[in-house]
Amino acid sequence: MPPSVIGATRLRENAEVRIGVDVGGTNTDAVLIDGRHVVASTKRPTSADVSAGVTAAISDLLGEAGIAARAIGAVMIGTTHFTNALVERRRLDRVGIIRLASPSGEALPPLTGWPETLARQIEGATFLLRGGYEVDGREISPLDEAGLRTAAQACRDEGITSIAVSCAFAPVNAAMEERAAMLIADAHPAARVSLSHSVGRLGLIERENGTIINAALATLAVQVVSSLGEALAALGISAPLYISQNDGTLISAAEAARYPVMTIGSGPTNSMRGAAFLTGVDNGIVMDVGGTTCDIGVLANGFPRESSIAVDIGGVRTNFRMPDILAIGLGGGTRIRLGAGDDDFVIGPDSVGYQITEDSYLFGGATLTASDIAVAAGKAAFGDAARLPDLAPSLRDAIVARIQTMLADGIDRMKTASGDATIIAVGGGHFLIEDDIKGAARVVRPEHAAVANAVGAAIAQVGAQAERIVDYDAEPRPLALERMREMLLARAVAAGATKDSVEIVDMDEVFLSYLPGRSAQIRMKAVGDLAEDASLANAAFTETRHAH
Amino acid sequence: MRIERESELQDLARGAAFLGSGGGGDPYYSLLLAEAALARRGAFELVPLSEIADDALLAPCGWIGAPTVSVEKLPNGSEAVAGLRRLEEIMGRPIDAVLPIEIGGGNGLAPLIAAAELRIPVVDCDGMGRAFPESQMAIFNIRGLSACPSVLTAADGSLNVINTEDNLAHERAARALAVSLGGIAHMVEYPLSGAEARQHAVPGSITAAIAVGRAIREARAAGEDPFEALGAALEATGLYPHCFTLFDGKIVDLERETCEGFSVGRVTIEGFGDGSRMEVEFQNENLVAKRDGKILAMVPDIITLMDRDTADTITTEKLKYGQRVKVIAAAAPAILRDDQALSFVGPRAFGMAFDFAPVETLNLSETA
Repeated sequence: MPPSVIGATRLRENAEVRIGVDVGGTNTDAVLIDGRHVVASTKRPTSADVSAGVTAAISDLLGEAGIAARAIGAVMIGTTHFTNALVERRRLDRVGIIRLASPSGEALPPLTGWPETLARQIEGATFLLRGGYEVDGREISPLDEAGLRTAAQACRDEGITSIAVSCAFAPVNAAMEERAAMLIADAHPAARVSLSHSVGRLGLIERENGTIINAALATLAVQVVSSLGEALAALGISAPLYISQNDGTLISAAEAARYPVMTIGSGPTNSMRGAAFLTGVDNGIVMDVGGTTCDIGVLANGFPRESSIAVDIGGVRTNFRMPDILAIGLGGGTRIRLGAGDDDFVIGPDSVGYQITEDSYLFGGATLTASDIAVAAGKAAFGDAARLPDLAPSLRDAIVARIQTMLADGIDRMKTASGDATIIAVGGGHFLIEDDIKGAARVVRPEHAAVANAVGAAIAQVGAQAERIVDYDAEPRPLALERMREMLLARAVAAGATKDSVEIVDMDEVFLSYLPGRSAQIRMKAVGDLAEDASLANAAFTETRHAH
Repeated sequence: MRIERESELQDLARGAAFLGSGGGGDPYYSLLLAEAALARRGAFELVPLSEIADDALLAPCGWIGAPTVSVEKLPNGSEAVAGLRRLEEIMGRPIDAVLPIEIGGGNGLAPLIAAAELRIPVVDCDGMGRAFPESQMAIFNIRGLSACPSVLTAADGSLNVINTEDNLAHERAARALAVSLGGIAHMVEYPLSGAEARQHAVPGSITAAIAVGRAIREARAAGEDPFEALGAALEATGLYPHCFTLFDGKIVDLERETCEGFSVGRVTIEGFGDGSRMEVEFQNENLVAKRDGKILAMVPDIITLMDRDTADTITTEKLKYGQRVKVIAAAAPAILRDDQALSFVGPRAFGMAFDFAPVETLNLSETA
């Protein structure tokens, strides 16, 4: 779809001007915001190299808003690039997988439970080595240093440059993983090493899965992040670049290049937060219709509903916190294949994707898409309606009705209460959702609906997190937790969050039975909305993952 | 009867997770192992108690330890077979079939894997009708059978035979060994005859777990309320005649410690909007649920926290701050509720200062 810049409003004086970008599989959306007001927005096709699409989108914004590149305070980018790479199984590194836990765990070697084709594609070499910790801090076995050197050399000889290391109880004691990283670096200096304690919490299989995914994305992550940086530099933007994380907060570009897996759920998070922001609706169902899929999530009290147990990424079980999303293969570019009769047609699941601006009838092509049908039925108006093929109205209406049924089924699967829900329709293909769709009490279509995910990136949340070891014999638990809670809330506000929006989103306590007394390691994270007048320069980007 | 399909294993895992009352370990790891065994060796044979010969030698087995440890320290794979082989040596005869010491959690599936290795069937019954933290809480101890000879094996290849006069001493010895071996070990215990199992074991609990898991899966697939389906399926088993939703809210505090071989702690859930709170105390398993100080369910009745949307069970080691959960309680099988049983598995057996009251009595007003 052509770029559309909506409602350029006047810039206010004190607020920091920020750009939010969402790099999707089909489109690259971008918005320019001033504090919390959307000043300009645009939608461009995603380019194969990512950066050309980003450059084009940001150029649109600067031109429309009449702003110099140097006036931009920060650029926040959310991307589904890494998720798509995993789902489509392309551009993934082969990974050298090292687990330090033997002899325990040998019944469940790494990649158990993975989709077979993905496992075959990713697995470079697997090493189950002696090492790891017991719950009380003892070693399961002493670290097999010779085995590690051999493994690293084997990876080097095989040309494997991405290595994932996991170790039993690493979130409690990271020493063996860190020692392993040093030994690997000595034997195989070119290796990029992902350590499990940097990626996840207790639960070896899920943490290891996340670490392997991270390692598989290592080369792509460096390429994508550096190409984003180059795009900004070419535009003359010197503002810092941040990447959206799964929970709506940001990490630095450098951190994202090392830990791409931390950003893998940011697409749905951004679109849901953007939808909530644009509508003020706190409880409802967000339907983000893109070019290829409709992602359906639930907003509960203003936050995306999370999956409680395990999150599947590309069929792999992990324990990341991220929104519970149902993806349906139905978007603006979804192909419609016609048969002989009025009831004889197939919708999707494939899509023309970013080639919609060439392949669909609306843009002069010869592939029938969901967008063509919507325009033919008068549900949307873009492209050149004169190019649409002649369709019997009964057939057209049957296709429209089938699309509504598919979407309504999705609403029904995600709904938790029995009554009708408020539906927030966003994304470039939101017109596919009709106002009277089954299961909807009402359908809300906010201004800027088409770029809700870029808005979500731009209104990033700021967070503060900390990790402390507390002896509850010295400081009672309720007091220790309350003190930490207040410290984090204050730090989040100091980092730019509005006071009434800050809340503790995560608290993790691990008792350390190897220390005297009742000692526990507490990790806590507070997150809030970025205040209008805040500058991201004040935000402390916590890089505490390696602290112990 | 045979378990032939992965979907049946998944139903069993889902049902066993619920019946675990928060304990028995997340069945996910056992499920992965069982799926691999199914692919490698074919269908699992499941035999009803009625078809077992009186003089058959049956071996209850499962994992002992803290579920919080089981998510990090995973099995080596040699533990179960090593333990069962040693028991055969001690008994001087082959084991005819195995059964889960407890149907709840991962332990409800664990014997399948051992059975596949030994090519013997699994008996459709168990020793607890749910999961309990301690070995002497098995119905076999309540009914006076001996836990010994018992064999405890660990990932490092170590093997210990336990022979004690009484079953509480057996539990203490086994627990101390499990702690010294890193907090998790495999145990074969209460070897018994077919006749004894028919007299004492909780019958049909594996098929009951499969039915419960299937009901949740099918309700979800059909877009129906999985909690209603769960309640109906539990009642239909005949073993678990009542089911209640005690609470619906978000986890706002979680205190969980691995202590002397157990996961102990409490979880606090805040209701949506109304400011009420539920507190659930656990020792591996959830023991008591109180809403604003008032007890709504207690051991041995089943208390399970589930994802409020998907009805996935959240075992104690998988609880996290911020999870949105429903607290579901189900009446325990009747054989766990008589006076003799309650002295081993009632609230006083867990050091609580009150007598057992059934969940259906405590929630009378809810049903009225």
